[in-house]
Amino acid sequence: MKGKWRWEKRETSSKTVTILVPIFSCVVGLLFAGIFIWVSGKNPLLVYGLMVEGALGSAYGISETVVKAIPLMLTGLAVSLAFRMQLWNIGAEGQFYMGAFGATWAALTFPDWPAYLLLPTMLMLGFVAGGIWGLLPAIPRAYFKVNETITTLLMNYIAILWVDYFVFGPWKDPKGMNFPLTAPFSEGALLPAFGTSRIHVGLILALLIAAIFYYVLQYTKWGFEIRVSGESPRAAHYAGMNHKRNILLVMLISGGIAGIAGMTEVSAITQRLQHGISPGYGYTAIIIAWLARLHPLAIVFVSFLFGGLLVGGFSIQTSGFPAATVAMLQGAILFFVVGGEIFTQYRLTWGGKGER
Amino acid sequence: MQKPHSREDLSYMVEMIGITKRFPGIVANDQISFAVRPGEIHALLGENGAGKSTLMSILTGLYRPDEGEIRLRGQQVHLQSPRDAVQRGIGMVHQHFKLVNSFTVAENILLGLQDGTGEVYQLHEINKKIEACSREYGLQLDPQAKIWQLSVGEQQRAEIIKLLYRGADLLILDEPTAVLTPQEATELYKTLRRMAELGKSVIVISHKLSEVLEHTDAITVLRSGRSVGTVATSGTSEQELTQMMVGRMLCPVLDKANVMPGKPVLTLENVTALGDRGLPALKEVTLTVNGGEILGIAGVAGNGQKELAEVIAGLRAIESGTKWINSVDHTGDTPQAAIHAGVSYIPEDRLGTGLVPNLNAVENILLKMYQKMPGWRINWSQAARDTTAIIKQHDIKIAHLDAPVKMLSGGNLQKLLLGREIFHHPELIVAMYPMRGLDIGAIETIRKLLLEVRAAGKGVLLISEELDELTCMADRIAVFHEGMVMGVVRPQEVTIETIGVMMAGKRMAVAMSGN
Repeated sequence: MKGKWRWEKRETSSKTVTILVPIFSCVVGLLFAGIFIWVSGKNPLLVYGLMVEGALGSAYGISETVVKAIPLMLTGLAVSLAFRMQLWNIGAEGQFYMGAFGATWAALTFPDWPAYLLLPTMLMLGFVAGGIWGLLPAIPRAYFKVNETITTLLMNYIAILWVDYFVFGPWKDPKGMNFPLTAPFSEGALLPAFGTSRIHVGLILALLIAAIFYYVLQYTKWGFEIRVSGESPRAAHYAGMNHKRNILLVMLISGGIAGIAGMTEVSAITQRLQHGISPGYGYTAIIIAWLARLHPLAIVFVSFLFGGLLVGGFSIQTSGFPAATVAMLQGAILFFVVGGEIFTQYRLTWGGKGER
Repeated sequence: MQKPHSREDLSYMVEMIGITKRFPGIVANDQISFAVRPGEIHALLGENGAGKSTLMSILTGLYRPDEGEIRLRGQQVHLQSPRDAVQRGIGMVHQHFKLVNSFTVAENILLGLQDGTGEVYQLHEINKKIEACSREYGLQLDPQAKIWQLSVGEQQRAEIIKLLYRGADLLILDEPTAVLTPQEATELYKTLRRMAELGKSVIVISHKLSEVLEHTDAITVLRSGRSVGTVATSGTSEQELTQMMVGRMLCPVLDKANVMPGKPVLTLENVTALGDRGLPALKEVTLTVNGGEILGIAGVAGNGQKELAEVIAGLRAIESGTKWINSVDHTGDTPQAAIHAGVSYIPEDRLGTGLVPNLNAVENILLKMYQKMPGWRINWSQAARDTTAIIKQHDIKIAHLDAPVKMLSGGNLQKLLLGREIFHHPELIVAMYPMRGLDIGAIETIRKLLLEVRAAGKGVLLISEELDELTCMADRIAVFHEGMVMGVVRPQEVTIETIGVMMAGKRMAVAMSGN
């Protein structure tokens, strides 16, 4: 029989396909990573089983999954807003660090302030510091078309080293046995947690921001401008939208939200600023935003999934797996999700018809 | 088959005979025949959409013709692919160069050469060959230079050397001088002439009449997919060519009401503006559009029409001069200010500028309406109501309101766009090539809609390449040449020939006033 496989463009992109394709891609990613686990002499099913158990098998596991999901959610939402406008903010990691830095400055400068004063100040400074870190690369992008992918990425290293300078230098805790960390925050600088768990009110903040994002994108004029600008900058200009102003605004907010993630992390989890406070949340955020197709509510869901992946990854380290296993899993999933994108627009058909 | 090759047939480098190519909805090439001799520079002349690109894509093996045959040096050939064409000695320099910027000239020339034998190329030998090649044709170029270090003219030379290196006997150049300075252009034609003297054939796609007349041997004119004819350059003139390019067609019966022109809606006074490359594209343009009037803009594409439309819509800055809308100074308008002043604009690029391909019909209607909604929220139910009204009013065929508009046909897209632009009763509508690429039915509808705007006492600025279109629709026609107004005429008082002469650059002062 003569014929060959052909890509055929889908007439319409159905809802089912747009949801099923990423899920299927995730599964293929896990299968692919499973090959490596198998080659290294372990049973992939067993390893995945251990991960699920570690992440969801106990109250502690579940609460840790949620704790990891909070910064992922916030940074995921942050980058998704920029991605909507086709601004490739790869700098959520640095914005996270700067947000943590800004919040720490307030916590260390006004240790005697009560929580109702100090926490809002820290939140605001976290937003402002992260926002400035997002805004800085946005200015050359808006006025001189300087590629923001590179600049936001490079700014990450500056931010990380900037924080390192403070925790290794002027802010180092004299009682910290020479570890690179600041003194513990005062009582008023700590975000309240639920019960005895480490789950903190940052969760409510993240859910609130997700809901606001959804509303803004769907129901406000500004959200409409963001969507149009992302689809076609020429059409945005034609329709009288202020493209430059929107670039600056979106990057400011995107950086600011990532900064809030940094603030909640130092205020509720580490309760001080320290070297390496983020295990790469700002990069994982990119995978999450992409997997969720930039939909704010889907980001919430996917963040829990990746929170579980992180926690599960920690738990398999006890059975002899390097920490990099999680990074490999994330990479494999992103690879197949991005690669699977083509199936939402095309379908593969077996066609007998050659070209004319 | 019929006759054996006569002696004359053998004297052609290439013959295209009865070439027909159909695409869904249009016939891009309809029974086109033309032939080029060795040693000849042959111009292919025609407006955008006349079928030049399709014809050349067939000759370079990109498309296969539905009907007709191609003969190369007297032999019938069936070109299977662009590579096949290259191997048979046909090469093309595209308007947008196909070069790798970070590679050297030599590396770029090597790139397309792999023939699957896996042999290792000796770079210094190749450099020598390239240098010999450049000397022979007077194309100065350093084979070691990286592409990004070269000027546009030098990059073009690299493209030409690439073709010569591969042994091309037939060179096709698409608008080669569009990106060149006048000196570079003269230099280019010198090189082309040298190649012709060495027995090669050159086809130049162009719509610059003066250049074609100065440098070519023969000219074939295409119009709406057909060949109008081939003339010897020595025996023709700009007027004849213009006439061949724009042609003539009887005015269809239009329901054109008698409208008394009202007050000026738009006045431009000595407006100068820069094009995308920073050179003046509009020079001291002065014109007026009155209410209840269609002002046509005639001119060969690329003579300032796009810049004119963008200046009026506030999308392009005015360097000097004044723009008045309804007697209010609007010179420094932003696009948003122009929209609020009642300027509607149908851009040339409908899907991408006028409409957003991936958004649905309601969102696309919203594009020009959301700013008029009160407050900071979007009123989706009003947007849906407006969309339904527009769809019903203009009989737009649309399957789902929430499907991306890129699924719509060209005619329906244009009706959606125009429907949106006239929905809020604009003071002035600027329509750029609104009928281009549409079928007869859709053209009728668009004409009717524009005439309705005129009947309502509003202004219409209609930019078109089709002189027949303009003479039928417009009350007055301003003729553009190199960004300047050559004159304003009333279609019933002049012949198409006169307009053609003006399009070629002759100034005439007629009918400047509206009343």
